[in-house]
Amino acid sequence: MSKRITIDPITRVEGHLRVDVEVDGGRVKKAWASGQMWRGVENILIGRDPRDAWAITQRICGVCTTVHAIVSVRAVENALQLEIPVNAQYIRNMIILAHAVHDHIVHFYHLSALDWVDVVSALKADPDKAAELAQSLSNWNGNSKAEFRKVQERLKGFVGTGQLGIFTNGYWGHPAMKLTPEVNLLAVAHYLQALDIQRYASKIVAVLGAKSPHIQNVAVGGVANPLALDAQSVLTLERLMAIREWMLKLDDFVKNVYLIDVAAIGAFYADWTKYGRGITDYLSAPDIPLDGKGTQFAMPGGHIADGKLDSHKPIQSFGDPYFTAGVSEAIKHSWYDYKAGNDVSLHPHKGETTPNYTDFQDDGKYSWLKSPTFYGKPMQVGPLARVLNSLAAGHEPTKKYATAALELVSSIAGAPVGVDALHSTIGRHAARAVDCAVQVDELLRQWDLLIANMDKGDFTTFNKPVFPKGEQMGVGFHEAPRGVLSHWIVIDSGKIANYQCVVPTTWNAAPRNENDQPGAYEACLVDNPVADPEKPLEVLRTVHSFDPCLACAVHVVDEERRPVVTVKAV
Amino acid sequence: MSLKTVVLGIGNILLSDEGVGVRVIEALAGDGGWPAAVELIDGGTCGMELLDQLENLDLLVVVDCVRGGRPAGTPVALRGAAVPVFFRTRLSPHQIGLSDVLANLELLGKAPRETVIIGIEPASLALGMELTPTVAARLPDLAELTRAELRQHGLLAGASA
Repeated sequence: MSKRITIDPITRVEGHLRVDVEVDGGRVKKAWASGQMWRGVENILIGRDPRDAWAITQRICGVCTTVHAIVSVRAVENALQLEIPVNAQYIRNMIILAHAVHDHIVHFYHLSALDWVDVVSALKADPDKAAELAQSLSNWNGNSKAEFRKVQERLKGFVGTGQLGIFTNGYWGHPAMKLTPEVNLLAVAHYLQALDIQRYASKIVAVLGAKSPHIQNVAVGGVANPLALDAQSVLTLERLMAIREWMLKLDDFVKNVYLIDVAAIGAFYADWTKYGRGITDYLSAPDIPLDGKGTQFAMPGGHIADGKLDSHKPIQSFGDPYFTAGVSEAIKHSWYDYKAGNDVSLHPHKGETTPNYTDFQDDGKYSWLKSPTFYGKPMQVGPLARVLNSLAAGHEPTKKYATAALELVSSIAGAPVGVDALHSTIGRHAARAVDCAVQVDELLRQWDLLIANMDKGDFTTFNKPVFPKGEQMGVGFHEAPRGVLSHWIVIDSGKIANYQCVVPTTWNAAPRNENDQPGAYEACLVDNPVADPEKPLEVLRTVHSFDPCLACAVHVVDEERRPVVTVKAV
Repeated sequence: MSLKTVVLGIGNILLSDEGVGVRVIEALAGDGGWPAAVELIDGGTCGMELLDQLENLDLLVVVDCVRGGRPAGTPVALRGAAVPVFFRTRLSPHQIGLSDVLANLELLGKAPRETVIIGIEPASLALGMELTPTVAARLPDLAELTRAELRQHGLLAGASA
């Protein structure tokens, strides 16, 4: 008998996300992804000064504040054809990269590892054996026997009180949990160490962004950080040296712990390379600009069709028409109306945001998210899209870490695991870790570039924008942790006339488009196993592999859609 | 010795009364001269980024909108046993982020020694950057309630240069 499961996450910030699946014979047959809140933030911006848009858009989302700030100023600069000083690029790049490293570490250890790691089982582990296993994989200084014993004691104290706290809502003892107690303990130890390490990434963003958690140093035309080697209240050499120390701590953790853990856990869950493939059209934007105009980038981007790396077509510069002409948004299955009717798809510069709520209709409208497409096709975005496009473009750092990760997986699994395995639920986690290793290297390089340029006597960080009369149109794109993010602006005589945000989660969590093709979540969930519909851990694994914005609440409902159980997943 | 204290305003300023916690932080920042041990944080809707700043506190004062079925604009102060209930029952929309941060701090043995919630019943959470007139009219009371809480702990604005 088929059973319907509704997964209803809680974030109201980027828009509630709900996922419904129909399960038959232990497999997902059909899936729907639905944004449960109207995100009409664009309408707030109309009539305002384009120079203020970034400060407003960084409040759209609680997880991704900096990315909306960065992409908003890029959109305005693109509209004005305004070049910015390279120092400003380097500073923005370091904020972007530190934020991304933070996001990836927290996503893996604190938001999704517990889909794979059984915390309660770690209590049964032999801590010495767990430490020996960890030491055989990496020489990280947090892998000592003493450390692992301490972690297990702490965990016992925590669980012993009957208060699992942060671990209350896990699927402990679920049949899909496959790790040995020792591997579980290893992962819990690194969970705690990651809490400690992630702060260094936050500190980098806070110092460069001049404020935490919302940055305030960004400006249309550059950044507002005065640079000097010795003066007070500016970005001094002393502060830059501190930032470098924090970068090195991140570097150590990402390469000697995060990348290794993902490879090891991935090897133990090798069957999960068979699930979650779904859409294999991948879109990513180039990022980390190395010049003032955005024509050269440290990280490539582009489009891959049908999972074939040799089909890669690059996006080459800010405002590249290949990107800007390719994006449009459909609303056939979304709670909006377009003036020209339901079956058309509109370019974001012509975008309309007119709500038409109908209730959840399986074959009609069922989401507040629009359905974006690239040249008419739904896309998958995120670290996997980024890694595959980078591999296709011959990006050496990506090749280096992807090869290292796949070799380690192969040696632990005892069977060769190649690039094709990345098109999967567990593959998205592997790609995120590879991405993170690339980012942490690039973070250090951007620091070097800034220092070298200051050494030459260039301290410029800002070019003043000038708003001409009449209309200008611009687009800013940014490869955010969760994938390509774009802001589209129309300026009329210095005021915002239209503004549309096409965010990564909209690409991945899109409802069916104008041709009824499913979005990435919907497609990736089909054929996903579900052992126990009351505890749909496997569905969460696939949805979480995309890094949806926040934790989810799961309501399993019966045929009459009465909730039978509510579980919060972290 | 001052108590290590954070006043954390949370909320989304794009959703009218949701942003009231942030507005209280702006009002307190305007007082100036808070002791060095007191940090005022506009937390917006952030989560784990706050972990560092909320470690090993003597006192955490969270300012937020609180939905409890009271008339719109009613200020409330929750302390003691009411605090965990606040986080369990989702009276406000952003506890996912903040409750995760606090739970992780507990796991690390670095949770705040005392947590107080200062809140106000919202009139509307609709899209918009202004507070509703009902809540805006009570904003000074809410800021005063927060100051009173700090005063009880011996923390006064204008006391330090």
